[in-house]
Parts: sequence; C-alpha cells; structure tokens
Amino acid sequence: MAKLYIKGSQDVDNQNPREETVKFLLNYSKALSVIDYKKMKFEALLN
Amino acid sequence: MRQEIITDAQLVSNYIKGEEKALSTLIYRHKQKIYSFIYSKVFDRDLAEDIFQDTFIKVIRTLKLGKYNEEGKFLPWVMRIAHNLVIDHFRKNNRMPKFDNSGEFSIFSVLGDTALNAEKQIIKDQVESDVRRLIEELPEDQKQVLVMRMYNDMSFKEISERTGVSINTALGRMRYALINLRKVVDKHNIVLTN
Repeated sequence: MAKLYIKGSQDVDNQNPREETVKFLLNYSKALSVIDYKKMKFEALLN
Repeated sequence: MRQEIITDAQLVSNYIKGEEKALSTLIYRHKQKIYSFIYSKVFDRDLAEDIFQDTFIKVIRTLKLGKYNEEGKFLPWVMRIAHNLVIDHFRKNNRMPKFDNSGEFSIFSVLGDTALNAEKQIIKDQVESDVRRLIEELPEDQKQVLVMRMYNDMSFKEISERTGVSINTALGRMRYALINLRKVVDKHNIVLTN
C-alpha cells in the first residue's frame, strides 16, 4: 500500500500561548505603574 | 449591525492613556502570529512561552514608560522584539552549552564543530555586506580611518602618517565612526548577528 508522506496539520496547541501566560501579562500590566517625578520615570510593581 | 474594528494604533493610544482592556485586545489579536513565529524558531513550547512572555513584558514597559514612537506599525515592532529575544536566547546558549542529564555520554557535548555551516556562512556574508553598506554612509574622514584600521589592518600611527593628521585625530575619527555606526544600527533596528 502506498505510504502517505503527509504530516497531519500542525498541532493547534503549538500556535497559541497558554491562557495562563496571557493572563499573567494582563495582570503584570495592571500591576505596573510608572511614576513621573521631575522628568524622571520610576517603575513600580504593585501587587 | 456593523462591527467597528479598532486599529492597532488606536488601541495602543488607548492603552497608553490607561485603558487596560486595549492591551488585552492587542494580545488576543496578535498572539497566534507572534507565538507561532517564536515557536517556529525554537521548537520548544516552554521556551516559546517564555520568549512570548518576555516580548510582551518589554512591550508593556515600553508603552507605559512612553518610549513607543508611532513611526512603525505595532505588529512589526512586536515581531522585531520577539526576533531579537530569540537571537539573544541562541546567543546565550552558544556561550553556555547545556549538558543533558540523560546519563549517556555524548561526544558532541564536549566536541564542537566550529566551522560555519552553509546557513551561517550566508548570514555572515550578509552581515559583512550590510556593515560595508553602513560604512559607505559615514563621513569621508571617518570612513577613511575605519577602513584603514579594520580592513587594511593599519596601526593608528600608520593611519596618521598616511592621512596627514595627528594620532589623536585619527583615534577621534575612529571613535566617531563607531558611534555613528551604532546610531544608524540602533535607529533602524538593524540586526547584525550571526
């Protein structure tokens, strides 16, 4: 019988980051605040 | 009902103004493209995940610090960050080769093939030709010193004799040539690496 040399479609999992990673980023963004002080910028992570 | 699609630029602007939801829309809109780009380079899910995360941490910090300029488009900018992080990863790994703990001894863990393969050779040639083109853009006096020093391997004493300027002037021109090259590389985000 002829062999099929076609690979199955790429795993969908390999095309998207995990949901936790996205959530982490959104939380990181919410927690990060930039404080302006006399032309200087400070970053603060408020968790 | 017609659904309004907000552009990336609008979302970025909203996010900078403090609308957190805009970031969520941007991430969900582009996550597949960015993640699969990273995965296609590293072929490791966990590593791709890490680089994806670092990419967006950089994006978030740049936007919040107000350092983002609207010159380019959002997605190509993020892709470039991801691309640079992938390169950083491989560079770091080349410097610190990993030993796997599978128990079996592999001769390749202690022996390395230092010769360039075809792909690396092409990249090297490309980088060298890019550098040549950048050098062509330098002011004549700086270009002259840089070419004599780097390509003709002349000492600064020889350069000063040949060009009729003092050694200090030649050193200064070399310094400015390098500063200017770095500036152009930074400004256009040119990746010169192998």
